Amino acid sequence: MMTNPTGRITQGMFSFLPELTDEEIALQIEYGLGKGYAWSIEYTDDPHPRNTYWEMFGMPMFDLSDAAGVMMELASCRATFPNHYIRLMAFDSTRNIESITMSFIVNRPANEPGFGLARQEVQGRTMRTTVHSYATDKPEGERYGA
Amino acid sequence: MATAPLYTIPGAQAVPAPAAAANVAPAPAAITPAPVTVGEVLAQSQVEAVMDELDRDLIGLAPVKARIRDIAALLVIAKLREQLGLASAKPSLHMCFSGNPGTGKTTVALRMAQILHRLRYVRKGHVVSVTRDDLVGQYIGHTAPKTKEVLKKAMGGVLFIDEAYYLYRPENERDYGQEAIEILLQVMENQRDDLVVILAGYKDRMDTFFQSNPGMSSRIAHHLDFPDYSGNELLQIADRLLTDSHYRFGPGAREAFDEYLQRRLTQPHFANARSVRNALDRMRLRQASRLFADRDRPLTADDLSTLAESDIRASRVFATTATTTAA
Repeated sequence: MMTNPTGRITQGMFSFLPELTDEEIALQIEYGLGKGYAWSIEYTDDPHPRNTYWEMFGMPMFDLSDAAGVMMELASCRATFPNHYIRLMAFDSTRNIESITMSFIVNRPANEPGFGLARQEVQGRTMRTTVHSYATDKPEGERYGA
Repeated sequence: MATAPLYTIPGAQAVPAPAAAANVAPAPAAITPAPVTVGEVLAQSQVEAVMDELDRDLIGLAPVKARIRDIAALLVIAKLREQLGLASAKPSLHMCFSGNPGTGKTTVALRMAQILHRLRYVRKGHVVSVTRDDLVGQYIGHTAPKTKEVLKKAMGGVLFIDEAYYLYRPENERDYGQEAIEILLQVMENQRDDLVVILAGYKDRMDTFFQSNPGMSSRIAHHLDFPDYSGNELLQIADRLLTDSHYRFGPGAREAFDEYLQRRLTQPHFANARSVRNALDRMRLRQASRLFADRDRPLTADDLSTLAESDIRASRVFATTATTTAA
């Protein structure tokens, strides 16, 4: 079974599209800022789909008015973690929404090994399966040849 | 990232040429026809309205207005050059406003943001006004995130640093102000397209600040000196302030105020327009208590909006004892 047909994980918005260029990312940020969202940057080297909370890179950026500020922070995150997954998230603070409304990956490792299916035999002939990321076989920080 | 995208984003500029992708053009420029004369650029940007407003609303400040006109002209010409494909680096527009207290530095900074926005030099045209406290942290590792946060907020607009000389404290070699200055310099140099930094402060202290930070001085292209107002200009400012708050001078009051200004100018701590505003506020107080004392008199709109000569003559400045400090 092929678990990684495109060779890249698909999480968040735009993940079936080709990589967004910096100008396209800036336009998305601009759109979010126009809606009053606060952008934040997160990174991880464990792309498991259930790994919901990635590490924050700096504080969420409230009160910005131009995409250049987010792009500046993104550039410094890319410089620090060139081989990690980095995503941008937009937080909508409207009452009763108060959650992430946009999220997309803006940086990914050159080589993404994908996921394997791990099987576990339990009572009787019952079989449990789970998704296992090949990358996480290596310790943190060495997963993508950093 | 290596290949050109096969799709378009709604609302995005069509950027087929990879060379053009480097700078995202302002959206409406594509719709309106490309201007070829200075007049057309001015008409499209409506910068003249702001300039006229500047001329009308700000009294005096002739050298400052002249410099602002020069900058506006440079930007208009740069726009025309850009249309003809004469590529040139975006001019650096970081500025330093130096002048005595109350000479209008903050007011001009706000106007400057409007002008730069109309000319599309800055994308958003908002002003983020900060002082040392907003940039410099209190412990090691606190300054850089603080300064960067302010810079991020100011992106696309104007960062106005009031009393900028406080950033550098030579008497304390462990002061974190230097760190903030270094981050500022880096962003001022590398992200000229994204924000304009305006430093403001009193002339003599800014001079010492620049002497100890030559890097800062050389990165600021425009040093604008705000001259002190003359007595006549101060009187005009008083007129303007009163009209804006629906007051006016009664008979003899304007002359009395002129005399007040002459006396006040010779006293220490005179803060130009700010002192005028404070003096007028105190005169309004006196007018209020004068009207308040007369309980049974029906008051007309005229009574309520007139500052009488007595309101002005009651000032401490007119007291014969010259030892009194500023009233």
